[in-house]
Amino acid sequence: MALLEANGVVKQFGGLIAVNNVVFSIEKGMIASLIGPNGAGKTTFFNIITGFYQPTSGDIIFDGQSLVGLSTDRITARGVSRTFQNIRLFANMSALENVLVGEHCHLRSGVVGAILHTPGTMREEAQAEARAHELLDFVGLRNRADELAKNLPYGDQRRLEIARALATEPKLLLLDEPSAGMNPIETEDLTQFIRRLRDELDLTILLIEHHMRVVMNISDRVSVMDLGELIAEGAPEEIQQNQRVIEAYLGTGGDEMLGAE
Amino acid sequence: MEATTSKKLSNRSRFNLGSIASMLVAVVVGAFIVWRVGLVITTKHYPMSLWGLQLANGLVLGGVYALLALGYTLVYGILFMINFAHGDVMMIGAYAGFFSLQWLKSQGLVETQPVFSLLFVLFVGMIVAMIVGIVLERLAYRPLRHAPRLVPLISAIGASIFLEQAALRIFGPKLRVYTKPPLIQGGWDIGSTGIFVTRTGVLIMVMSLLMMIGLYVMIQYTKVGKAMRAVAEDQQTAALMGVDVDQVIVFTFALGSFLGGAAGVMLGFHNGQVDFMVGFIPGLKAFTAAVLGGIGNVPGAMFGGVFLGLAESLGPTALGIPSQYKDVIAFSLLVLVLIFRPTGLLGEILSEKKA
Repeated sequence: MALLEANGVVKQFGGLIAVNNVVFSIEKGMIASLIGPNGAGKTTFFNIITGFYQPTSGDIIFDGQSLVGLSTDRITARGVSRTFQNIRLFANMSALENVLVGEHCHLRSGVVGAILHTPGTMREEAQAEARAHELLDFVGLRNRADELAKNLPYGDQRRLEIARALATEPKLLLLDEPSAGMNPIETEDLTQFIRRLRDELDLTILLIEHHMRVVMNISDRVSVMDLGELIAEGAPEEIQQNQRVIEAYLGTGGDEMLGAE
Repeated sequence: MEATTSKKLSNRSRFNLGSIASMLVAVVVGAFIVWRVGLVITTKHYPMSLWGLQLANGLVLGGVYALLALGYTLVYGILFMINFAHGDVMMIGAYAGFFSLQWLKSQGLVETQPVFSLLFVLFVGMIVAMIVGIVLERLAYRPLRHAPRLVPLISAIGASIFLEQAALRIFGPKLRVYTKPPLIQGGWDIGSTGIFVTRTGVLIMVMSLLMMIGLYVMIQYTKVGKAMRAVAEDQQTAALMGVDVDQVIVFTFALGSFLGGAAGVMLGFHNGQVDFMVGFIPGLKAFTAAVLGGIGNVPGAMFGGVFLGLAESLGPTALGIPSQYKDVIAFSLLVLVLIFRPTGLLGEILSEKKA
C-alpha cells in the first residue's frame, strides 16, 4: 500500500503555477528522491505535504487519510516530519531542547501537571529526556546536548535537525537537500546515515537532493520535476538515461552530468 | 566586495547627522543629571531615611511594573505585537478584586479568614483578567493574525478604549475605595533607620518576586515553556514539531493577563483606590519598562520594571525636582533607550531571529 499519495495536486500563486497536477506515490519503506532544476516546485510540494500551504486543488493521502485542510501540527501528529533546505533550528535553545520540542506532541501531561510537579509529569519528562539523549546519540551528537543550536558547526546543525525531526516519531521523513553545503566525505556519511534511518528506524524517506551521487546511490525511485510538473519517474538507471530529464537539467546536448560517474 | 562596501558605508554613517544629534542629546542629558545631582548633594542634606523610603517605594512600584511588563513582553515575544489593551486588562482585574473584596466583607470573612480572603481577592482578580485576556485574543487579535503588523496594533488600541469605556459605563466614573484587609494594614520600622515599609509593600514585593521566579522556571523547564520559546523563534517550524501554535498563543495571553490581574489587585491595595482609567498610565509605564529591558526578553521585563520603579521614586529626589515629574522621568527614559539602545538594556533574547 502506498504510504503517501498525491492525486493531481495543484498549487497556484496568483498567475504562477508552482505545482501543476502532480500525481505521485511512495510505498512504505522506500527511499524516494525528488530532483529537478531550481524553481521546479520541489520545496513547494514539500510545503503542501506538511500543511504550510494548502493546495489549490487535488488531494494528498497519507496512510489512508487525506492531509488537505489539516494544520501543520496535526499533520505532524499523523506521522510526517521534515527538515529544511536552509536549516531552521530553534537557534537560542540547546540541542537537547530542540529535540524535546520535537517530542512535544507525544507528551500527555498538561500545564497543571507541570506546575504541580505531579509524579506522572515528572516521569514523562524524564522519559522524554532519556529519549532525546538517545536520538542525539543516534545522530552522533552525544556530547553536544547542552550546546545552543546556533553555536553548533554546520554539519552538526544538519544532524540536529534530523534528530529533531525524528523526535516527532514520523512514519515519513522529508529531507530537503540534506547534503547542501557538505564536502564529499560528509556527503558519503550522510548517504550511509539515510540508509540507516530506513533500515533501523523503519522509516519511509523522501528527499529533495541536488547531489546526483547521493540520489543515484540510495534511491529506490527517483522522480523528476520541472516547471511544476512531474516529468519522469523510475529507477535511478532509467532516470539517468531519460532524454527529457537531461534536457530539463542541461538543455539539449548535455548528458554527462547525470551520466555515469 | 559587497561586504567591504557595506563596511565603508557603516563607517561613514557613524559620523552622519543623526548620530551627532544623538551624541548631543547624550551630552545635554548627562550634563543635566550631573548638575542636578551635584546640586542636591551639595545643598540639600536629605536624611538617609528619605532615601531608604524612596528605595522601598521604588521596589514596590517596580514589582508591579515588572509583573505588568511581563504581559507585554510575553505577547510581543510570540506575536511581535504590542498589546496596548494590557493595562486595561489589569484594570478589569483590579475591579474584579475590588468586588470580591466587597463580597468577602459583606460575608464578614475578611475578619475571620484574613489569609484566605487575601488570596481569594488576588485569585479572583487574576482569573477574571485571564478570561478577559483570552477573549481579547480570540475576538480582537486572532482574526488579524496574518494582517500587516500595524493592524493588530490599531486593534489593540481600540480594545483598550473599549475596555475603559465599558468599565466607565458599567462601574460608573466614581473612585472605588480599596480598603486593605487588616492583615496588610500598617507596616514595620526597619531598626532605627527611620525607614518605614508597609505590609502591602512587602506583600507586593514578595508576591511579584515569587511569580517572576515561577514564570521563569516555567518558561525554561516545562514542556509548555519550551513550546512557547519554540513558537517565539519560528512559528512554522514549531508547528512542524507538533506544537499547536494557536494553543500556545492563547496560553501566552492567558499567562500575561493572569500576571496582569495580580498586578491590578496589588496596585489597588497599594493606591487604595480603583477607577476605569487606573490601567492607562501603569500600562504605558509597564510598556516602557518592557522596552527598557528589551521587549520580548523575559528577564529584561523584570529588570526594566524594577529599574523604572526605582528611577521614578528615587529620580525626583536625586534630581531635586518635584515628585510630580516622575512621569516625565519615566518617559524620558523610554525616549533615551529608544535613541541609544533600541533593543533595550538587556537586548532581545526570546526572539532574536525575527527582530
